[in-house]
Amino acid sequence: MGSKERQQFDNPVIEWVDSRLPIFTMMQKEYGVFPTPRNFNYFWNFGAIAMVMLVTMIVTGITLAMHYNPSTAGAFDSVERIMRDVNHGWLIRYLHMNGASFFFIAVYIHIFRGLFYGSYKQPRELLWILGMVIFLLMMATGFMGYVLPWGQMSFWGATVITNLFSAIPLVGDSIVTLLWGGFSVDNPTLNRFFALQYLLPFVICAVVFLHVWALHVTGSNNPLGIDVKSSQDTLPFHPYYTMKDTFGILVFLIIYVAFTFFMPNSLGHPDNYIPANPLVTPPHIVPEWYFLPFYAMLRAITFDLNLHLAVAGAIGATLVYDFCWLKQPSNILGVFLGKVRSYLTLGLLSSKPVGLTFFIVVAILAGLPGALLAFFKDMPAFQPVIDMIPFKSVALMPAKLGGVLAMFGSIAVLFVVPFIDKHPVRSAMFRPWYKKGVLALLVVFIILGICGSKPAEGYWVPLAQVMTLAYFGFFLAFLPWLNNNEPVVRLPGSIHEAVLAKAAKAVAVLLLAGLFVGAPVVGAQAQEAKAPAADAVVVEDMAVTSGDTGEVRTQSMEVETPAESAEQAVSAAPDTEKTPTAPEPVHHEAASAHHEMPKLPAVAWSFDGPFGVYDRASLQRGFQVYKQVCSACHSMNRVAYRNLSALGYTEAQIKAVASEYSITDGPDDDGEMFERPGRPSDHFKAPYKNTNQAKASNNGALPPDLSLIVKARTGGANYVYGILTGYEDAPAGVELANGQHWNKYMSGNKIAMPAPLAEGAVSYEDGTPTTVEQYAKDVTHFLAWASEPEMEIRKQTGVKVIFFLGLFALIMYRVKRKIWSKVY
Amino acid sequence: MSIENASPDHGHHAAEGETRRDFLFLTAAAFGAVGAGSVAWPFIDQMNPAADTVAMSTTEVNLAPIEAGQAITVMWQGKPVFIRRRTPEEIKEAEDADLSTLRDPQTDASRVQKPEWLILVGICTHLGCVPQGQKSTDVRGDFGGWFCPCHGSHYDTSGRIRKGPAPKNLAVPKYVFLTDTTIRIG
Repeated sequence: MGSKERQQFDNPVIEWVDSRLPIFTMMQKEYGVFPTPRNFNYFWNFGAIAMVMLVTMIVTGITLAMHYNPSTAGAFDSVERIMRDVNHGWLIRYLHMNGASFFFIAVYIHIFRGLFYGSYKQPRELLWILGMVIFLLMMATGFMGYVLPWGQMSFWGATVITNLFSAIPLVGDSIVTLLWGGFSVDNPTLNRFFALQYLLPFVICAVVFLHVWALHVTGSNNPLGIDVKSSQDTLPFHPYYTMKDTFGILVFLIIYVAFTFFMPNSLGHPDNYIPANPLVTPPHIVPEWYFLPFYAMLRAITFDLNLHLAVAGAIGATLVYDFCWLKQPSNILGVFLGKVRSYLTLGLLSSKPVGLTFFIVVAILAGLPGALLAFFKDMPAFQPVIDMIPFKSVALMPAKLGGVLAMFGSIAVLFVVPFIDKHPVRSAMFRPWYKKGVLALLVVFIILGICGSKPAEGYWVPLAQVMTLAYFGFFLAFLPWLNNNEPVVRLPGSIHEAVLAKAAKAVAVLLLAGLFVGAPVVGAQAQEAKAPAADAVVVEDMAVTSGDTGEVRTQSMEVETPAESAEQAVSAAPDTEKTPTAPEPVHHEAASAHHEMPKLPAVAWSFDGPFGVYDRASLQRGFQVYKQVCSACHSMNRVAYRNLSALGYTEAQIKAVASEYSITDGPDDDGEMFERPGRPSDHFKAPYKNTNQAKASNNGALPPDLSLIVKARTGGANYVYGILTGYEDAPAGVELANGQHWNKYMSGNKIAMPAPLAEGAVSYEDGTPTTVEQYAKDVTHFLAWASEPEMEIRKQTGVKVIFFLGLFALIMYRVKRKIWSKVY
Repeated sequence: MSIENASPDHGHHAAEGETRRDFLFLTAAAFGAVGAGSVAWPFIDQMNPAADTVAMSTTEVNLAPIEAGQAITVMWQGKPVFIRRRTPEEIKEAEDADLSTLRDPQTDASRVQKPEWLILVGICTHLGCVPQGQKSTDVRGDFGGWFCPCHGSHYDTSGRIRKGPAPKNLAVPKYVFLTDTTIRIG
């Protein structure tokens, strides 16, 4: 804007700056008086929330990078050092770790909001596409961020995802080698991932800037999906939406910090607390939850595309085009597909009944054997039929490439939604059919997420396949079909009018909301004015111009009812924010790897729950058990003697414990290594010099380091306790090899470690019974502490933070109400 | 109800409502400020030395191999520590210095535990370079102690600043004699 139109500021400093660089004028224009539709519901908070999460991720990320070591030798250790030694390091890392999940939650809700209310439609197509670019960049950043801790999931996630590119014909393998900088995921890979993972958030910032810029050109959409017509339809962004956003952000933050402080690892995988091992893949590889729906689509393509299926598919696509896409000459995509269609069908479809029947018959004739080959190949019952199918060895596209295309296609299709959906009405509030479809899409997406978290076997595979078809069907068949067939409802004349009508009906709405709190009304629909498809645009124009009629006002009132109760439901139960996006794959491993495992014993630990603390006496006894029993074979490399002060030991006691051990130090002035007594700053002395010696001394089985064992196992403390107490005689008929033992809680039941605890093996000084159960309980308690030494301070801080945020949110709610009271 | 009143300025409201609202807004602002401050602290404090760094801050040194007139440099907290076994002449020189001529007056006795052993943090108090004078071939400056080549500071045989821009004497770290021939620094 020209500086001549600039308004003067009273403050001379601001005025001095602004007259030279009108940044305050710009802020005033874009965030102060910016005209914003007055009828936003709480779904419109998620843009601001996503922005807050982006800033959170960048701030926590930069501080983590100050301590992180991007090398295969140092990455895992440096992350553990952040967790244990860096001041507030555990807080910053858990904020970052869970922040990624909550950033995705916010963005998924934001995207779904856009789909539901048609925010991607003309004139906001580019705004939507920029948003999808951000989403894609976030996926890349999230994926690379998960690689950095260099745990087992990091390593194998990196391997699997980079291998996606090997599906590309001809150049795939060269691309993968290029990505790796070697012949496997290794140090060069980790280095470049770190560099890019630091860069991408700033690229995201740049695209967010463009996204917001584009938004401020077109203005926001709103729940009614109708254009702003006068200043009566809008409110200045500040203070109305600044205050409403602040309130919404605080509510979101409460849920976010609740995860961060009380269940920081619930959205991750225990396997990632095992250092990366290029020689062993974990039994069940899954990506982060926010990738699961796409991962499910990748795995859904289990079959090569055979000739028959390709023929049936081509005809199917043509028919879909005919029924769903035709009659849209103005649609660029439609015209293009029309050309493809006439080439493919040799013009036969122009004589409809004959051509149609012919093609349907051909499709069935080709589709049946195609489907048999693709989906029932391994079923013995179909074997004789399958043997008879000709050309069955022709594979037009391998399953691997198909899966990769399905996965990338599922994102690509989101980019082109604005060009597929040409229905003149934006908001699903006035599109009853679309509304059902888009809610069904949400369900499909969640089911896909669940499929992605399950092992690719049994009924999960066909379920994922059907859901993948449904997902693409929504975008490629249902949406274009709606363009021609969904009736156009008469829209309210203006936002202002709709809002006033709502106010007039306030009492009735409140009653309704009271009845249906927590259960969003889906069924309430406006009376539809059915209109022939071709007239759709005209009808919209009519509705817009005849906005003053009483009939329209009645319409808008009825339509507003569900919007209001949905809004009420959201504000009453903020947890619903999670529902669209969070299929949490928490116990997938227990469910997958071992189907007939007995349930783990549920021990009542003193450290359970939001106020849980460690029991010092039990910790000390547990340390004694570790020292006298476990430490003969198991190292605890990440724990130092000085850390024992958390168990209640005095400095003198710790010095005494440390000096019992002889630590190799050096080289001295003569270049020789020498032995000296341990000091508090030394880490627990390992029983073996290196892993090879440890293996050689234990029948080839490596006793795992115990520093993180409770965090690194599904089931946590209960699992460790279960293993220690789960030794039994092998059932009849089970052969145990030499050096193997039977444990009912071990995956596969065969364990190399002999039962470590025996009654009376360790003598307790405090008179605690010296039973195996008690030993197991105490040593597990100690190991739980070793895994999470920050647990007590974490939970205590969490209680304070949530109390503070809760109070702040209440105050902000009052502030918001007070400010908005001027409007209603 | 009226939309015309929707502007952020609230001059037309009754004084009582005004006060209550101002109090509410001030409380909200205070919460925001306290919240921002509490969030800022961990992100600043994380830059301070971590627990393992703090725990590692002692170094033990065996003095037995050092002859009179010789010096060694050991590492403590990532910094060089000068340990010089002084000759009787050097001790005398240090003890006889006229305190009134010193920029940072300290007696030699206050800088050593045993006169024979001078133990200093080997970092020039000017801008942090490591002064020369540890090796017998080094330039030791005008006062026979150390000379900082960066900006020309001269230290005497007690490590006190005698000439040049440095403001303070070379620092004496905390140390204890564990035995006659071993010390622990830190």
